[in-house]
Amino acid sequence: MNNDTVKKIVLPLLVFVLIIQFWSEISNIVNGFPTPSETYKAAFGGTNEDGEIIKGVLSDPFYVNNQDDKGIFWQIIESLKRVFAGFVLAIFVGIPIGLFVGMSKSAQYALNPFIQIFKPVSPLAWLPLLLFIFQDINMTAISTIFITSIWPIIINTALGVRSVSQDYMNVAKVLQFSPLEKIVQIILPVSVPYIFTGMRLSLGIAWLVIVAAEMLTGGIGIGFWIWDEYNNLNYHNIIIGIIVVGLIGFFLDIIMGKIADYFDYTKKGRV
Amino acid sequence: MSEKFLSLNNIEKRFPIPNKPDYVAVRDVNLEIKKNEIISIIGHSGCGKSTLLNMISGLDAQSEGHILLENKEVKGPGPERAVVFQNHSLLPWLSVYQNIEMAVKKVMPELTSAELRARVEKFVSMVNLDHAKDKLPGEISGGMKQRVGIARALSIKPKVLLMDEPFGALDSLTRANLQEHLMRIQQSVQNTVIIITHDIDEAVLLSDRVIMMTNGPEATIGEILEVNLERPRNRVELQSDPEYIRCREAILSFLYEKFAKDDE
Repeated sequence: MNNDTVKKIVLPLLVFVLIIQFWSEISNIVNGFPTPSETYKAAFGGTNEDGEIIKGVLSDPFYVNNQDDKGIFWQIIESLKRVFAGFVLAIFVGIPIGLFVGMSKSAQYALNPFIQIFKPVSPLAWLPLLLFIFQDINMTAISTIFITSIWPIIINTALGVRSVSQDYMNVAKVLQFSPLEKIVQIILPVSVPYIFTGMRLSLGIAWLVIVAAEMLTGGIGIGFWIWDEYNNLNYHNIIIGIIVVGLIGFFLDIIMGKIADYFDYTKKGRV
Repeated sequence: MSEKFLSLNNIEKRFPIPNKPDYVAVRDVNLEIKKNEIISIIGHSGCGKSTLLNMISGLDAQSEGHILLENKEVKGPGPERAVVFQNHSLLPWLSVYQNIEMAVKKVMPELTSAELRARVEKFVSMVNLDHAKDKLPGEISGGMKQRVGIARALSIKPKVLLMDEPFGALDSLTRANLQEHLMRIQQSVQNTVIIITHDIDEAVLLSDRVIMMTNGPEATIGEILEVNLERPRNRVELQSDPEYIRCREAILSFLYEKFAKDDE
């Protein structure tokens, strides 16, 4: 192991110790704030003060007591389903719009002001309106994620299209490519890395937004679960929830990055 | 058979400049090019030689005049006028083989998959790239990329091969090597070739005629030089050939005495 590898392992461990220390201090100051050891017990199980054996949130994630009381695994699955539904919908709508905006100056002039205005609006601002339209928790959450995800996809796809070099278009002209052939053979391959950057951004934000959205819509899902644990005064579970949400977001980003690299011609065959 | 193969009649190209009279890049260009002839267009930078080539390829439209290929007016780009671009313009996500295949597939959709493969392989071999056919453009040298560009252009059976400073970005040894490739290929597949260049030796070595352009703006054809050298030509032997020396001197005198250009 070289010096750098050692640093990569030792330094985060040091920071971890510091965080635990800091957390313990907060538990001392704030009355009732869960300590690291209590939280660990809540996560992985153990014996409580009365000597009873309790199951942890993470050691027993698959339980189903009733419709409203399911393990954390099911909460996460529910959230992931919504995120993917909204995300996939945004891909199918966003990429064609992005191609259109990137290829046509007129489309760009027509749509750009609205993209710029709606992009900075927190997707949660749409939520009450969507709830009013759909009157359904799932549809509301999915469409909130859709609105969240679509802007980076549109913007990055259009950026990718505009990055297509005139040289490639000249090749297409000499070969007399039809507009469809231009898209499939030239524009899409060039844009793919940009599109995936957009998708990666979108997925990241979608995972951020779903937690907040589910707190508002209620029902099931990791966001609602965290809120519910607050109402049940299970503060240690909130901390577990935060860590779990973070880990899943981290893995989603890694997976998305790997997929993006796979389709990115600039990452292949470089000498 | 009529000698007229490709003719340029009174070609003029103007570029509009806001609030000023148009910039006239080239004007009064008249030229007849015979079938299977190799011509070079040489001139200082800014003489509109690339503009001229772009008008022949159809990537750019002339402001005045007509371009006729086999008595048909040239309108817009098309595969019968294949272009070898200076920066090769290979699609970087396709392998050498796929770059050529894409062009052949589009221009000859009637080929069966076996015929397609045979044709692509033939042109890969023609530029000696069999060993590199599955490599991506990013994995091969500049000279090899340009050979792929030439193979791609020839594979679609063009009537005219247009080369826009094809070897301009390469070092002189690679350039010489590619010139040899081109001459060898030309020996086997007769083609009409127009080469834009600013290299005097390249022009004499490769061409049947050298078109010398005056300086822009309002550039036009200054002189046309016939190169009466037997083929195949050998660059080493040519160095002492009186005809070669005469041609070189004629171009040198045109570019550096009659139409000398100061560096801007």
